[in-house]
Amino acid sequence: MSMRKVQAIVIGAGPAGLAACIEIAKAGGKAVLIDENAKPGGQLFKQIHKFFGSREHRAGVRGYDIGNQLLQETEDLGVEVFLDSPVYGLFRDPRGIMVSYMQDGRERALLGETVILATGAAENALTFPGSTLPGVMGAGCAQTMINVNRVLPGKKVIMVGSGNVGLIVSYQLMQAGAEVAALIEAAPSIGGYGVHAGKIRRAGVPILVGHTIKRAMGRDQVESVEIIALDEKFQEIPGTEQILSCDTVCIAIGLTPLTELAWLAGCQFTFIPSLGGHIPIHDENMATTVSGLYVAGDIAGAEEASTAMEEGRLAGIAAAEALGLYDEAAAAPLKASVWARMDALRTGPFGQKRHEAKALMLETAKGGTK
Amino acid sequence: MNEGVKFSGIPSAQELAAIPGIAGPERFEQGPVAVIECVQEIPCNPCEKACPFGAITVGQPITALPVLDEEKCTGCGVCLAKCPGLAIFRVHKNYTEDTALVEFPFEYLPLPREGDTVACGGRDGAYVCDGKVLKINQSKAWDGTTLVAVAVPKQYYMTVRTIGKKKED
Repeated sequence: MSMRKVQAIVIGAGPAGLAACIEIAKAGGKAVLIDENAKPGGQLFKQIHKFFGSREHRAGVRGYDIGNQLLQETEDLGVEVFLDSPVYGLFRDPRGIMVSYMQDGRERALLGETVILATGAAENALTFPGSTLPGVMGAGCAQTMINVNRVLPGKKVIMVGSGNVGLIVSYQLMQAGAEVAALIEAAPSIGGYGVHAGKIRRAGVPILVGHTIKRAMGRDQVESVEIIALDEKFQEIPGTEQILSCDTVCIAIGLTPLTELAWLAGCQFTFIPSLGGHIPIHDENMATTVSGLYVAGDIAGAEEASTAMEEGRLAGIAAAEALGLYDEAAAAPLKASVWARMDALRTGPFGQKRHEAKALMLETAKGGTK
Repeated sequence: MNEGVKFSGIPSAQELAAIPGIAGPERFEQGPVAVIECVQEIPCNPCEKACPFGAITVGQPITALPVLDEEKCTGCGVCLAKCPGLAIFRVHKNYTEDTALVEFPFEYLPLPREGDTVACGGRDGAYVCDGKVLKINQSKAWDGTTLVAVAVPKQYYMTVRTIGKKKED
């Protein structure tokens, strides 16, 4: 049986995947974009806040508008998009990389000369007594409910985690009409941007650093939580327990890259906790240790949408170069400008750690046994 | 307890005193001025482009704190709705004999009405004083962000930064 072969298959239609397709199409290449969801855009369409970054990153524009702009661009450039199509297999093949996916209830496959994995990341769970009660959910889940499905998960929320996700979703829950009773953070300081924290403080939300959730209580759903203060070694301080009433507990304690397909394909991995754990080793072109296979966005280390878009562009340009659509002289300045913008995003007290982690990744890629 | 934005989400007096986005005390006497309460080096620069008078500079790297040129700033307030962090305010200390005007971005519904007397809060959301809503400013260019201006007793010009969320009737 002959299998359809395309120049590039991009898996995941979030900011990284869309940006990768755009770059391949701009280079004159043919890209197929596959996503398991009913709509493209990844997490962009639930981001109702204005983005940070620079003008090149469309700073000041709300996330869903950035999503719409990217979708329009992919459409204008003629990128073929398969939706409702979960990819379940990735196989090295003498003819390229075979991508197996489901569509309309049937198993299908495509061959790609190059494949870009832009599968994103999943929210980390937190287990504690009562964590399986209805009303305990990921913060991203609550964000999808309010901003995509327009359903308020509850009236009184406890947020766990003070990274930007916890801070932003707290704000958006209040915009949607819920009360955020408290935000608790196990670390001794707030993880996310001060300006996001400032917004919810102005709305009267207490932020309790050095606190964790001990248990959630309730009969048919969560009705209250017990929280407790932690010392600098993250040990509970007896006698500091407090009971807070709530009907929703949102967990925002970080993301883990969705790397299953990269494992399947036989990529070499490295473990970098500040990027979310096990990450496929990738070089300055976002190329993995498997020939023709690239990564971009949160799968290459959990960051945020602006860097995901840049990594998508980089992977797209590099794949176009590998396909012969650009020669080295044409690709080099394009890649350099992406790198300059990414480096800018990874500066300052919040970006430095990711900058170092990514530098370590490049070192690892150089020393790796390809 | 540790003070400051990293611990409480509220910039401390020292943090606010140390940043280049807030004009000197004399400038506040002279008329309305932007107050850029941006105390952390984050990669963000829309305010720079927002100012029609070139009064805000971020420059390179993009994580640099915004610098307000208090001479160039006319207090027009255009930057307020452009800051993704909602961290810019417009303050007119000598709005009247006894009142100051404080304007801030507000992204909750329902909105108050002009003329309403509302509870005004500080950076921690705690009640500071009652204030009168002077203006509800909306523009398509601000993409959903509303600016609310309140008149408050003059001594609270650097304290009031929000209003209580209006309870739905």
